[in-house]
Amino acid sequence: MPQATRKSHVPVGAIPTPLHARLEALSTARRWTNWAGFVSPLVLDTAEFEYFAIRNQSTLFDISPMHKYRITGPDALAVVNRLVTRDAGRMRDGRVGYALWCDEEGMVIDDGTLFRFSDTDFRLCCQEPMLGWLQETAWGFDADIRDESHEIAGLALQGPTSYSLLSDAGLAAAAALGPFDMAEIEPGLVISRTGFTGDLGYELWTAWDSVADLWDRLWAAGAHCGLRAIGSQALDICRIEAGFIAAGVDFQPAHAAVRLHRGRSPIELGFEKLVDFGKGHFNGRRALLPQRGTGGRHHLARIDIAGFKPAGGALIYHRKKKEVGHVTSGVWSPTTKRNIALAEFRAPYGRTVTDNLWVEIYVNQEGQWDRRIVPLTVVSEPFFRNARSRATPPGPF
Amino acid sequence: MSRHDRYDAIIAGAGHNGLTAACYLARAGLRVLVVEKNDWVGGAAVSRSLHEGWTYSNCSYVCSLLRREIVRDLELPRFGLQVIPYEGGASFTRDGDYFAYFSDHDALRREMARHSPADADAYARFSQTVMRQCRFIRPFLLRNAPDPASLRPRDMGELLFLIRKAHGLGRRELAETLRFWTLSIGDFLDEHFQSDLIKAHLAGSGIIGTGLGVYSPGTAYVLLHHYMGDVDGTIGAWGFARGGMGAISNALAASFQEAGGTIVTGSGIDRFLVSDGRVTGVALENGDSYAAPVVASNMDVKRTFLKHTDRKHLPEDFIRAVERFKIRGSSGKLNIALDALPDIPAAPRGAPFLRGDMHCSTSLAELERAYDDWKEGRWSAEPYFDMLIPSQIDPTMAPKGKHMMTVFVQYAPYDLEMNGVRSADNWNDDTRKAFADSVFDKIAQAMPDIRDRVVHAEIRSPWDIENEVGLTEGNIFQGELTFDQLLFNRPVPGYAQYRTPIAGLYLAGSSAHPGGGVMAAPGANAAREILRGLGKAGRMPDHAA
Repeated sequence: MPQATRKSHVPVGAIPTPLHARLEALSTARRWTNWAGFVSPLVLDTAEFEYFAIRNQSTLFDISPMHKYRITGPDALAVVNRLVTRDAGRMRDGRVGYALWCDEEGMVIDDGTLFRFSDTDFRLCCQEPMLGWLQETAWGFDADIRDESHEIAGLALQGPTSYSLLSDAGLAAAAALGPFDMAEIEPGLVISRTGFTGDLGYELWTAWDSVADLWDRLWAAGAHCGLRAIGSQALDICRIEAGFIAAGVDFQPAHAAVRLHRGRSPIELGFEKLVDFGKGHFNGRRALLPQRGTGGRHHLARIDIAGFKPAGGALIYHRKKKEVGHVTSGVWSPTTKRNIALAEFRAPYGRTVTDNLWVEIYVNQEGQWDRRIVPLTVVSEPFFRNARSRATPPGPF
Repeated sequence: MSRHDRYDAIIAGAGHNGLTAACYLARAGLRVLVVEKNDWVGGAAVSRSLHEGWTYSNCSYVCSLLRREIVRDLELPRFGLQVIPYEGGASFTRDGDYFAYFSDHDALRREMARHSPADADAYARFSQTVMRQCRFIRPFLLRNAPDPASLRPRDMGELLFLIRKAHGLGRRELAETLRFWTLSIGDFLDEHFQSDLIKAHLAGSGIIGTGLGVYSPGTAYVLLHHYMGDVDGTIGAWGFARGGMGAISNALAASFQEAGGTIVTGSGIDRFLVSDGRVTGVALENGDSYAAPVVASNMDVKRTFLKHTDRKHLPEDFIRAVERFKIRGSSGKLNIALDALPDIPAAPRGAPFLRGDMHCSTSLAELERAYDDWKEGRWSAEPYFDMLIPSQIDPTMAPKGKHMMTVFVQYAPYDLEMNGVRSADNWNDDTRKAFADSVFDKIAQAMPDIRDRVVHAEIRSPWDIENEVGLTEGNIFQGELTFDQLLFNRPVPGYAQYRTPIAGLYLAGSSAHPGGGVMAAPGANAAREILRGLGKAGRMPDHAA
């Protein structure tokens, strides 16, 4: 029997990223999770101190498992604009934009960051595998879709001293980057002033097999900036503080949900400003039109909850009687000293009806359960925002 | 001396559905007798030892469809039933490659992408669609099929339930439902996937047990029928019954006997006794007869009415509908005792997917050709098979270090063609051996040393299955699962709710809604209908009520 065409066997289970050896050496907690098929740290040392490093110093997080797709060709802009709800034609070259994209029923398939190198060259970074959908969307256009997920690795360098650290590492050219700017600072190294923390921070993108060298370079420069490697648990607190939503947590990606009616529109998720009805047809446009200005069946909102107990998964009631929603992400915010959460409401609650709303929290106090009904306040701005995150050039800390 | 006892209800046939109906009736307080032609119970859910030290799941071989409501109601785990999920599966090519189905989500994505990058994402969409359809169908399995022509409140209620469920699906999913019930699995897979091998791997569920090809309309539903079961809530998962499929029947029999039921084996039904349009009991081949006002037949609808009921008691249109009921034999079975695990050069040693269902079909075109052979009355030159080695997981099936392999083979005709004559009589030791040889040739594609590993093999043609189990033409579903004979048309229009033209005579087998597979739903539904007829509907336990 000819064996010539036999290919290699695929690995089973979670596989290491190029940074795994470094992370493993730092991991005292030995708490790992599976992120898109890769071994990713949940906690490396202590979630609490990793969190404070994000808000006080600098931190490194391996974002290589993110899915990355390159969209190139004469029709690249047209493809991107058909895909996402915002108008990528109004982004300048060298800019990064947060974007959502929908199926034809207007339900969000995923969200992510869109990198515009030029009108013929884009990169899309996201949580969910998207090759099939991108290919379907690009059908008939003169554009090429390339899955770069395993070619491009990423590092998130976040925290108040992150610019100082970059400049110590010989990357001071990043000073010119304003929020959501990006540039190829060195050959093969793209730095974007983006992140998932709401604070000053950068994401560094380089080839899969160069990222370990990049890590070492930053690590060597990081000593006096208190550089610390972090896991996703600390990062999750920061992203809730910044008001960022997470796929599979605050919304269910439309292609992944088996149960019906689990999808949510970008308008229901609070991103009507990122839906550009004037740019021509895009996936889901027709379905979204009726929600324009009026909202949908649901409404995702930021809420501030009384008391001190985090409210993850809690049900929300109007007048303490009628169930009107639930908390999708809830956490005590150590920086703002507030009990914060993202919550999904059944419209009009949380949108136009914002008073007399209550959260039902169950608290386990060393084996004794306590049920608390506490009031909530709907908040319009992100819980955490500061001046340093927007200053250009950035300050030293 | 022949016996002439009296019971509240008699079940003809100790298959899993007959035993299930018997259990529910006995637990409702009825005096119930089960009669069985073989010396053992189980019908096609049976474990037998035909070679010292080995246990075969002779007919059905894996478990998923068995309704969890029934398992709970009848306390089957207490009577020894243990279902262990298995881990994956694989299709092997001629040139030493394979497609592996991993239960590990990431590994499955990588494997799909290895064959076709776009297919990895396509699979997520395919699964979403299939799972939605499964979730839609599952609530109907333990209900009567709605009768759209009836104005009785209960039928209207069932119809309303259907309409509400369908409405809840939304426009897109409803359109998908209609497509699913009528489309071919080949067309459906072509819409989603590019890789021939991936399509061939997934297509198997669409043809197993049916006299249809991958491009025959209606096969998409057959796939659904194989996906709508679960193991511990994981929809679409399959498992082994520890000790073979007979463990299910044995647990049912034990549950039945604890509830006070009686089982008589060793003599089949000669005829159903009918007087003034009412069933009065059964007469057995050995001369015994038993009386009861209620009789439920676990036999298929053809066997029940064409072989064991006097035609004069039946309306002519009913007879004609039963005669044209499609119940075509399309599959055979090899049960093999192995002296060691066969060598599988293509796969890494100990790979998890070897503990699941293995196949050697590599394209839809190849599967369609296999069907063409069957239409002509031949077994497939390149057969499709569903092959498992349960002894890798279940230590009770073979002596230590040795293995049991079950190979479900398709296609094999019931009326085999020989020298221009199509007849079931053409099945004999020679043709059986030649049939098995064609299967071994194909297995060797994955396992080159398979023939050297064989210690004993049981070869079963459709004729053997009919002869031993009693399934007409050896059709494993007691009738094709095509839209023309599903729901309110199963088995025949006007008689979809387990009742028959003869008062007191019920159908409790897979010829009735919701059809075949070791599901036990027809048995439970028939019991519910019988209890209703007796004014004892309240005695049906919660889960299946």
